[in-house]
Amino acid sequence: MINKSRSAAVLIGLLATTALIGPAPARAGDDTPETPAEPPKVELVLDVSGSMRARDIDGRSRISVAQQAFNEVVDALPDETQLGIRVLGATYRGKDKKQGCLDTQQIVPVGPVDRTQAKAAVATLRPTGFTPVGLALRSAAQDLGTGSTARRIVLITDGEDTCAPPDPCEVARELAAQGTRLVVDTLGLAPDEKVRRQLLCIAGATGGTYTAAQSADELTGRIKQLVDRARDTYTATPTVVGGAAECANAPLLGPGVYTDREAFSEHRWYRVPVRPGQELRASVSVALDRPVNPDYGVLLRATATDGRELVRGVDAGSGRTDVISTGLRWSAAEDTPTPSPSGTQTAETVCLVVSNSFAARPGTQVTPGMPVELTVDVVAASPAPDGPDLGRGWALLLLLTLAGLVTGLVTGLLTRWWVATWREN
Amino acid sequence: MRTLIRSAAALAAVGLTLTPAAASAEPTPSPGAATVTKAGTSFLTATAIAAGQPVQVGASTGDHLYWSFRAEAGQTHEIGANVAFPKGRTGPSTWTVEVFDGLRRRQACTAGAQTPTADATATGVTLGCTLRRVRPWAEPWSGDPLPGTYYVRLSVTELPEPDLGLPIDVDLLVSVDGDGGASGDDGKLAAPLVPNTRAGALLTAEPTPEPVAEEELSLTGWLPEAGSRWVWTTAGGVLAAVAGVVGFALTRRPRRP
Repeated sequence: MINKSRSAAVLIGLLATTALIGPAPARAGDDTPETPAEPPKVELVLDVSGSMRARDIDGRSRISVAQQAFNEVVDALPDETQLGIRVLGATYRGKDKKQGCLDTQQIVPVGPVDRTQAKAAVATLRPTGFTPVGLALRSAAQDLGTGSTARRIVLITDGEDTCAPPDPCEVARELAAQGTRLVVDTLGLAPDEKVRRQLLCIAGATGGTYTAAQSADELTGRIKQLVDRARDTYTATPTVVGGAAECANAPLLGPGVYTDREAFSEHRWYRVPVRPGQELRASVSVALDRPVNPDYGVLLRATATDGRELVRGVDAGSGRTDVISTGLRWSAAEDTPTPSPSGTQTAETVCLVVSNSFAARPGTQVTPGMPVELTVDVVAASPAPDGPDLGRGWALLLLLTLAGLVTGLVTGLLTRWWVATWREN
Repeated sequence: MRTLIRSAAALAAVGLTLTPAAASAEPTPSPGAATVTKAGTSFLTATAIAAGQPVQVGASTGDHLYWSFRAEAGQTHEIGANVAFPKGRTGPSTWTVEVFDGLRRRQACTAGAQTPTADATATGVTLGCTLRRVRPWAEPWSGDPLPGTYYVRLSVTELPEPDLGLPIDVDLLVSVDGDGGASGDDGKLAAPLVPNTRAGALLTAEPTPEPVAEEELSLTGWLPEAGSRWVWTTAGGVLAAVAGVVGFALTRRPRRP
């Protein structure tokens, strides 16, 4: 009961603290946060093709709505965020498609933003030419450069790409498969069906989001949200690893987060050393970055080096989703490891194999494979608890009380009988 | 006789103190808790929230929104979400709230509308999920809920494609029941299921064998862990002793005045 009231007091205290200082950080391992050298980097890619002239958003032209949104975003930009702006279809007025499809410029370079200069550059934009989305994405990825943290592109367009090839969706998938983690969020201004399909495909291929903006407020609010999200999440970048086709030559993983690509029906192997008294924890997420048949599954197995299965994690699903995940825990049985004569104990190598049961739709690209995120951790094992030597509960109290009462009665009766006998003699 | 009454009173007093404090199961935000206006878009970028902290965020239909919260042994969590549609839609949509533990294993809901379907004319949909009670320990091979991080994912699973990208407003609240301390189960998880979110480091060679750690002899090692079982059993012992005295007193010949 002491325990209970104390925990209640602690809980109330915790709640009060939470209320005062906001959410407790969910990740307890982050006691020493590594301060990344890089600032968050975002590039806004704006379509300034001829169709942006249409006056169909709250009675205003699409470009003026976009310009207003950009101004507000630049004003509200967090200080540490580095923002760049790239436009497409802004300068070439001619009819030559070949030349029009090379029309993309970076009007604000990625870096600390000079607010006045950026706003001036945006204010001069006039709807003009073609829509080379694929090329603009590729150039934007170059503008953002390579590095260890995630980059974000926000693509704002009202019309489908008029310059394929390259198909913008394939460009997006190709960019996502390169070393640097790149997320493309897409915003459609009064989009029609074709634009929506294309933007959904780009967003899906890179793990980004798609929004249909039908008012200036919606557009501004969403871009601000995405820029904030870039700042909040850009440091979460896994290490790139290449799984092997068999356990023997699989990469040896330490604790942490990894990313890889896995094709349909492929098996990817990894190895993790686990010492006696340690527990292996692994989880895997396979992203559905392309259209697949509606039923799918993922399997994560841990095996010993001789192929014996130790434990498996499995999940299956149906319908629209972003990733499908599963995980497992494993620790060696406590009595098996017999220390070698030299008084040392060796780490056991556990093989992890990730497989999937996705089915490609006709026409779905199979390369590069789907993004796989693997987390590995090795912690102290949690041995099974011993049988309880003590008791708990009302039944126990009742039983002990009754036993005490009966003992008291019997002892009392015996004493009376003994005293009576002793007096007589 | 006086002794008997006194003992009975003592027993009743003990019983009263032992009655567990009534747990509050109100699905209302904690007073004064700051509202969270963000959501992550993947397991790695999930926004951390605390139980009792309301979430209000604007999003697009089709977004997969992630939040994470911490759970302790003995707690039961209830998740309630409300998705409002400010704009009309072209057809019915099915929404889902899914919960995963720190190892991204799917967690079952024991109650609540986990995957409701909203009509085309509906202006909102309410989702709910009550989780199982978090256990302090479970075998590595089991999927029982354990202390650590939990992830909540809110998304739409079926809808007409033209509705994708339309704005939605999401309200979410994770409420907790149970004080987390006293739990019926024994055992303890050495490390909570909190995922290691640092970028991984590839090892170049298998680790070298390390010397076996000498087992330390401890005098109190054989004793059960500190916990409420000690309190219950001690109280039982006291009650038994009192009852013993009472029983003994009952057999005494009533004194003649």
